[in-house]
Amino acid sequence: MKVLVAVKRVVDYNVKVRAKADGTGVDIANAKMSMNPFDEIAVEEAVRLKEAGKASEIVVVSMGVKQCEETLRTALAMGADRAILVETEAELQPLAVAKLLKEIAAKEAPQLMILGKQAIDDDANQTGQMAAALLGWSQGTFASKVDLAAETVNVTREIDGGLETVKLALPAVVTTDLRLNEPRYVKLPNIMAAKKKPLDKTTPADLGVDVTPRLTTLKVAEPAKRSAGIKVANAAELVAKLKTEAKVL
Amino acid sequence: MIYNAPVKEIRFALNELAELPAICSLPGYEDCSVDLVDAILEEAAKFAEGVLAPINKQGDQGAKWHSDFSVSSAPGFKDAWLQYVEAGWPGLRAPADFGGQGMPALVALAAEEMWCSANLSFSLAPLLTLGAVEAINHHASEELKAVYLPKMSSGEWTGTMNLTEPQAGSDLAQVRSKAVPVGDGSYKVSGQKIFITWGEHDMADNIVHLVLARLPDAPAGVKGISLFIVPKFLVNEDGSLGARNDVRCVSLEHKLGIHGSPTAVMSFGDEGGAIGYLVGEANKGLAYMFTMMNHARLGVGVEGMAVSERAYQKAVEYARDRVQSRAVGSPDASGVAIIQHPDVRRMLMTIRAGVEAQRALACVAAAALDRASRHPVASEAASNQALVNFLIPIVKGWNTEEANILTSLAVQVHGGMGFIEETGVAQYYRDARITAIYEGTTGIHGLDLIGRKTFSEGGATARALLEEAKLTAGKLAAAGFASFAANLEAAVADAGRCVDFILETFKEQPQLAAAGSVPFLKLMGIVLGGWQMGRAALIAKEKQGEDGADTDFYTAKLATCRFYGEHYLPQVSGLATAVVDGAGSVLEMPEHLF
Repeated sequence: MKVLVAVKRVVDYNVKVRAKADGTGVDIANAKMSMNPFDEIAVEEAVRLKEAGKASEIVVVSMGVKQCEETLRTALAMGADRAILVETEAELQPLAVAKLLKEIAAKEAPQLMILGKQAIDDDANQTGQMAAALLGWSQGTFASKVDLAAETVNVTREIDGGLETVKLALPAVVTTDLRLNEPRYVKLPNIMAAKKKPLDKTTPADLGVDVTPRLTTLKVAEPAKRSAGIKVANAAELVAKLKTEAKVL
Repeated sequence: MIYNAPVKEIRFALNELAELPAICSLPGYEDCSVDLVDAILEEAAKFAEGVLAPINKQGDQGAKWHSDFSVSSAPGFKDAWLQYVEAGWPGLRAPADFGGQGMPALVALAAEEMWCSANLSFSLAPLLTLGAVEAINHHASEELKAVYLPKMSSGEWTGTMNLTEPQAGSDLAQVRSKAVPVGDGSYKVSGQKIFITWGEHDMADNIVHLVLARLPDAPAGVKGISLFIVPKFLVNEDGSLGARNDVRCVSLEHKLGIHGSPTAVMSFGDEGGAIGYLVGEANKGLAYMFTMMNHARLGVGVEGMAVSERAYQKAVEYARDRVQSRAVGSPDASGVAIIQHPDVRRMLMTIRAGVEAQRALACVAAAALDRASRHPVASEAASNQALVNFLIPIVKGWNTEEANILTSLAVQVHGGMGFIEETGVAQYYRDARITAIYEGTTGIHGLDLIGRKTFSEGGATARALLEEAKLTAGKLAAAGFASFAANLEAAVADAGRCVDFILETFKEQPQLAAAGSVPFLKLMGIVLGGWQMGRAALIAKEKQGEDGADTDFYTAKLATCRFYGEHYLPQVSGLATAVVDGAGSVLEMPEHLF
């Protein structure tokens, strides 16, 4: 069974980002970039499926600037078999990514597509759902457990009320939550081997997808700094202030 | 205790100063590329930050010796070692013929810096193992290599160096351990060895000891010492582990620092003789050990710099956080973070600039080591070997002497909290102390530098390096770095006077030359570090103007270089005066008045 995994190159989770002075976006020039942590979990899950003999080939795909190659090489070092880069300088919004994934899925015909539930840069949490809808596949989002069989996959989902297990007919889209697994440290020999694994490049135009953004970013600003609090003398004063000033009681 | 591997800094030292792309083009390193090294650095950083750094503090609790002569490694270390092995890191610079990746010394050194910063005690296990791998690979028979190297390169087995005995420290001619031929090609080894780093532990299935011992008919002195492989467990024909050998750890030392690294007293042959196998030819053991010394000494120089880096990170974190006193000269009485106080900034800049210069010099030395071993043109290989030989005592001696000063400054930044163990910075100060002692004390390296490395070759390499530094000073002047250029040029001239002094005195009045050998080593470190910082400034200035340049990085780099030029380079003049004019007072006072 072929598994397709989508990975996004995002600003590293350790980097404290700042809004650009002109409010047009987040300043990520020269910031450390890494694979989206949820996507790392997606790659790890695919590799585990392969190690368990349930998946036969792992194809990893990324979209964006040329440097996404580094992210793909990391995925290859983790254990993916080959990589596809949809190279573009354009801003990619979830719908565009989902359309591109649909075209890739049409070519590659995987039985399972695994993605992170969201990317830590825009936190959109839309791509997996949109891709499933466009493909007409079943979807299991926020997965904390994936149990793959020949024709179906059982996905345990982290939902507000607890855990929900759904049985999906393949092909299916699964998006990962934090508790699904703990990604491995890459092995040194695999870093070397990853250099030699195939990495194909294509473009949105080649795939016939118009990636023009549908949404316009008006302004990006940092949240207002928290102002200092005040001390109250006793519970009565607290209640009074909650009533009269905060107006929450 | 968070550690953030300074990957950008390391990359700059590798790519710009040590010319990694040229190293990757040497024969045998074709698989290496800047992209690949970037990926290796990223993953090494993750491993150092995520696995090794978190157990450094608990490592300070130390390994435990048991009365059955076994040793339990510090909490978390065994698991970390297994992960280290699983991830394949032991093979980074191990020979490709035996399962390693055969990466250049330059690349290995970059990863080693991260291991050392994250957890110095842990890092010694792979360092010693690789030293043993190198010695076996260069000198042992093919049969011995086939038995030991694959498992040592993979990290399934670790290695040790058994040189020191109670009466034989810096003077290895005093080694008394014995080896007697059994008749089947093996030997029975007996004697006591002390200060054996990772001599006994529970992290790996077998421990391969390299032991210096004397054969029955061996001549006295250094020419009668042979090198033996003595495994903890004998190895069967099929490669499986056999009987426990007659070697045991009879105690662990109680030390000032690196508590996570068990320092063993090893007893060989208490039950009649430990089975050992001769490495190479008889009576050449010491020479064999020296072939791997360069790498080991470079490694210890990296240790010193790496601990200083870690201490710097801790000090910066504290200085940003700790609010105390109004800003100097400010009418506003409210307290500010101490990083705003000029003297705290001076201390932080001192550590930062020292670390960057030391890293640069270590990387340049490692690149020379790679060129010396792989350059296809014999004359190039030879000149690089001379360069390595000259730089090794400096990188080892200067980086580690500085580590004592810089980690102490990091404690100072913390004020009273720095003196409290829970704060954590005290561990770096204690851990750093050993680096100026083992693999040859600074005094030993000072003598090596003035004798074999300066006098014996008529000062050729010293003068060539100073000439290079002078050229850099000229470029700095032309690029508008007037004060740096002037200070570097003055320092080069002072260092040149010292070289003259050593050449004049070494033969006829060696005591005078020796009296100033360590100040000479330090000032050469400062001058050559200044040469590298000067190169760094030139590169930073050029790159700063490029499209999409990392302006924060180059701004910091230029400020740090400037600080180095104004605070480190002027020290050379004082040290030079001590070297040239100060020997008399070192020797004057009668011994009984001490």
